[in-house]
Amino acid sequence: MGPFKLTNSTDTYGAVSRILHWGMAIAIFAMFALGLWMRTLDYYSPWYQQAPNIHKSIGIILLALLVLRLIWRLANVQPDDSHLKPIERRISKATHWAFYAILFALMVSGYFISTVDGRAIDVFDWFAVPSIYVQKGLEDTFGIIHEYLAYLVMALAGIHAAAALKHHFYDRDITLRRMWSGRSTRPYTSIDPERN
Amino acid sequence: MKSHLKLLGALVMLAVIGIQSSAHAETFVIDTKGAHASINFRIKHLGFSWLTGRFDKFSGEFTYDEKAPEKASIKVEIDTASVNSNHAERDKHLRNADFLDVTKFPKATFESTSVEVGENQTAKVHGTLTLHGVTKDITIDAKYIGGGKDPWGGFRRGFAGTTKLALADFGINYNLGPASKEVELDLHVEGIRK
Repeated sequence: MGPFKLTNSTDTYGAVSRILHWGMAIAIFAMFALGLWMRTLDYYSPWYQQAPNIHKSIGIILLALLVLRLIWRLANVQPDDSHLKPIERRISKATHWAFYAILFALMVSGYFISTVDGRAIDVFDWFAVPSIYVQKGLEDTFGIIHEYLAYLVMALAGIHAAAALKHHFYDRDITLRRMWSGRSTRPYTSIDPERN
Repeated sequence: MKSHLKLLGALVMLAVIGIQSSAHAETFVIDTKGAHASINFRIKHLGFSWLTGRFDKFSGEFTYDEKAPEKASIKVEIDTASVNSNHAERDKHLRNADFLDVTKFPKATFESTSVEVGENQTAKVHGTLTLHGVTKDITIDAKYIGGGKDPWGGFRRGFAGTTKLALADFGINYNLGPASKEVELDLHVEGIRK
């Protein structure tokens, strides 16, 4: 049950789950900042075209990763969460599934902003994702959806992070540790009677 | 048989209306339904080329008397959210607060105040344009294109017009560069007589 196992076990998260979790977390925070910043750019900024191109490219890659992550989650066991109170378990489950649903809607809404006029999204110089639905003016609706969902994801991430830190520093359990390092024991929590 | 009679009746009615309303100022509804009218704009892109676009949705009426063209008048209302430059991302930007701010200012209107008739069926149409919440006097250089009976029982007249606006005059201050401070409007209206 070392940290280098690829798949999850009942004790802890495998390397694939952890890399997807932290990689996507960093990318999503960066995308939020990039999204806010790129809208403030002056027309003559060298980033005026580049920043949205990067935002769209990473967004498409994140959408692919999200699908991969969902498949990975469904195909893997989830680490045991019996150390959680029933209410905590319910809230954490709800939060985790809300992340999937909202992130999916966020990324799809972003895709539509750029493609409802029939244009494709060029993912760097790598490949293009074609438009699948064309309707004049719908870019505004998807723009509003995209914006609100982005704030919602940040709020959800705040709740999620606060809960992880509470488990780590207050409850002193292995919740954060097994997602961070993959270790399912805490050397300095041996006094905790509930875990060994 | 019955439908033939109905058609004949309708044609007679139209003919009567046509006779009644000739020889004085007539009101024409701009044919936006059949899209024989357009509000096009163009603005220089970086000073290198012309970027063109249009407003897809607008409506209006004009009055015109062949014997007294100086008494003509026109009123047009434009749905600013219908801006169309054939690029969703750009149109989204044009609608937001940097440019048209369409949630705050969903309508732009032009209402003529006077018409100065020139030579060769041209005229200067003076009026007020309200755009982006700012009302200013502008002048449209107009030209009468033609008029007469259409093949479907109606009577039409059409005009073309051009004008130039400085974006800053209407409180649109997003910096598009020194070559892109003015937008040119290219207007075409065909009206069907009421």
